[in-house]
Amino acid sequence: MIRTPESRRGRPAHGRRPVVLVLPAVLGIAFLIVPLAGLLIRAPWDTLPSRLFSAEVGAALRLSLVCASLATVICLLLGIPLAWLLARGDLPGRGLLRALVTVPLVLPPVVGGVALLLVLGRRGLIGQHLDAWFGISLPFTTAGVVVAEAFVAMPFLVISVEGALRAADPRYEEAAATLGASRWLTFRRVTLPSIMPGVVAGSVLCWARALGEFGATITFAGNFPGTTTTMPLAVYLALETDPEAAIVLSIVLLLVAVLVLAGLRDRWISGPS
Amino acid sequence: MRSTARLAALVGIVALSLVGCGSSPTGSAGQPGSTATGEITVFAAASLTESFTRLGADFEAANPGARVKFNFAGSSALAQQLNQGAPADVFAAAAPANMKQVADAATPTTFARNRLQIAVPKGNPGKVTGLADFGKPDRKIALCAEQVPCGAAAKKVFGIAGITAAPDTLEQDVKAVLTKVKLGEVDAALVYRTDVRAAGDQVEGIAFPEADQAVNDYPIAALAKAPNAAGARAFVDFVLSAKGREVLTAAGFDSP
Amino acid sequence: MTLRADLRVTRDSGFSLAFDLTVEPGEVVALLGPNGAGKTTALRALAGLLPLTEGHIRLDDDPWDLAPSVFRPAERRPIGVVFQDYLLFGHLSALDNVAFGLRARGATRAVARAEAARWLERVGLADHAHVRPRRLSGGQAQRVALARALVTGPELLLLDEPLAALDASTRTRVRAELGRHLRDYQGRTLLVTHDPLDAMILADRLVILEDGHVVQEGTPAEIARRPRTEYVANLVGLNLYRGTARGTVVDLDGGGRLAIAAPATGAVHVAFPPAAVSLHPAEPAGSPRNTWPVTVVDIEQHAHITRIRLDGTPPVLADITTASVAELGLEPGGTLWAALKATETHTYST
Repeated sequence: MIRTPESRRGRPAHGRRPVVLVLPAVLGIAFLIVPLAGLLIRAPWDTLPSRLFSAEVGAALRLSLVCASLATVICLLLGIPLAWLLARGDLPGRGLLRALVTVPLVLPPVVGGVALLLVLGRRGLIGQHLDAWFGISLPFTTAGVVVAEAFVAMPFLVISVEGALRAADPRYEEAAATLGASRWLTFRRVTLPSIMPGVVAGSVLCWARALGEFGATITFAGNFPGTTTTMPLAVYLALETDPEAAIVLSIVLLLVAVLVLAGLRDRWISGPS
Repeated sequence: MRSTARLAALVGIVALSLVGCGSSPTGSAGQPGSTATGEITVFAAASLTESFTRLGADFEAANPGARVKFNFAGSSALAQQLNQGAPADVFAAAAPANMKQVADAATPTTFARNRLQIAVPKGNPGKVTGLADFGKPDRKIALCAEQVPCGAAAKKVFGIAGITAAPDTLEQDVKAVLTKVKLGEVDAALVYRTDVRAAGDQVEGIAFPEADQAVNDYPIAALAKAPNAAGARAFVDFVLSAKGREVLTAAGFDSP
Repeated sequence: MTLRADLRVTRDSGFSLAFDLTVEPGEVVALLGPNGAGKTTALRALAGLLPLTEGHIRLDDDPWDLAPSVFRPAERRPIGVVFQDYLLFGHLSALDNVAFGLRARGATRAVARAEAARWLERVGLADHAHVRPRRLSGGQAQRVALARALVTGPELLLLDEPLAALDASTRTRVRAELGRHLRDYQGRTLLVTHDPLDAMILADRLVILEDGHVVQEGTPAEIARRPRTEYVANLVGLNLYRGTARGTVVDLDGGGRLAIAAPATGAVHVAFPPAAVSLHPAEPAGSPRNTWPVTVVDIEQHAHITRIRLDGTPPVLADITTASVAELGLEPGGTLWAALKATETHTYST
């Protein structure tokens, strides 16, 4: 048998990539990638190195990464139990609860920030007591940034985990019960491992959303370099006086995000086949 | 088929309304005092919100057929937008530096001056007495970011007073700072005297001597590439007129 | 220490289960019945996955379920369950699967794994200890599931169709092994199955459920000798009819008439094995006292014989040789005559 390069490569079956799908897909990719390419093309490449390692970029980046990660941890700690309640909790009015949980998704982030101020601000419903009794004040602090980011990003995690829980087979939990496992042990050692892909996917979305959060952060936590100036805020501020600095910051943020997301193995998100 | 006709009609309506949105028909106007017509787009510093809105209403009353549209924001943000090609007829900034940033401005004229004042929430819960409190770390302080005119003025004032300010947040425009004061989130902030006045009894003002040494000149200019050049000139003339000055003084601005 | 249960469950669908059950230590009881009979419901109630609507489940004095006040959930009952799909935890190795029950009860990892390793040895899977369940064959998975259920030393072992997921050849071998393990096991076993062979071979006692109620109970031998319903008869491979006897003729309740050997009167059961039925292309002459026209419904191939399901008055099962199938040109819908000697029938009063 003669081995030509084509036969070794193997041709796709007829109609595997129909033009009617490929063409819009290419347009879609272009729509998403061309603006990012524009960033790279217009970057001030000559001054890039000195700008990249300036103190403000470093501070903003560090703050962004730390706050996004902390916000994700909070979302996991609160969101997984909430997702469990929605999926398995057998509550009346579950539909309403789920709708409320997804409100931060449709709320403009600035409105979210205002709402947080009204509740957790110094004169807020709860904030005033936090301030009076414990001296805790969230606005203008890094903790405030984390709270604002967690508020907007939590729905992503909850929805993802709830979906995974619904798809999980409850019979395995029954099997664990017959083996003597308490409900908490069953959740930890049977349910959670089985929904791990959903948890990972939700965490990634949550982290990415938190990283990019702007409106709620600037409204609730304010803006101060080193404490509350995250990368998106730094970009917005730089845009007014020094657009080139804004481009540099944007590229840094873009690179970090792409590295983290690309580093996530497909396997962890889609689960074992 | 009926559904196709309906779709075509829908598309037509949408297209027409979009066209309607985009157009700003040029109007006619002659000398100062004669009626101007058409839509006039004014980019104005945030601190001019209340006074210019009032001026706009007065202008429309004097010039039926004219419609004034405002875009209030921090002066530096507005300058950026104009440089990026945002269509506008008039630019009124809170400092000459921002006006200089705009390549397109015809000869600017100073139409008002503004000085800073300390703003505290109603009841002065932080017991703020003067500028010295701005250096105390246990106070919650809001300032404008340096790029914004009120932030530049604040920096100058602190330099004169020899105080190192310890702000907790640097906001994008003076109205955002004022909001933090109104909500009681901060103990004190530096805003314009006009802002304190505009906020009514939600906010208390405390004057301080150094404010006299860092007064902002507010320039106004009709833009060279204004879509409604005649209307632009008419509005600028109105602002500079006696009537305009009356409104501005009532708001708390100093005369130029 | 006997397990005594009075199982009464009423479901929203209207189905209700009501029967008593006792299982002695070392006893293997098989719960048989057609689909929908309530076998799985009964098993789930005993396992603590389903509360009883009424009744009780008790291990001597220890109440597991006293409807409606006391309900001990599955995790607090000393049970082991082998599920139909085995339900091995996919993210754990075979060893950790078996060790799970011990770990859940507080054993350290080392102790649990050691005991699990011993059990894997017993079921002959010591070298598969670190294999994930998805790499195990059906028979291997079944053995791991059994080890996992037995490792905690439960008082009650529940088996839900344990061989159903296996193919025919594996089933025979695994059934034999399962039988050995059940004989070694000191606790009580309840085996739920629809396969009569499982029941006959593995169980000490059969409980036959139909529609939520017990229709017959007894040792395999008793049941085989005197089936009481058509389902049971089919189960043990018999034709069974109810009718009214007038001397040597029985008028069947479902229609038709059969001549029997010994005279009888009143309500009776008439039974005869499928092998006693012969099939003919035309109405036969000769000694058989019972002949009637029938239509072929279904043909089922077994090892050496073929079982034909026939419709007629009455409908009947016939076992004939494979050669005869070909000779008669049998196919579904075909018409024949069935013949049965009166002497082959066995009559007993209801």
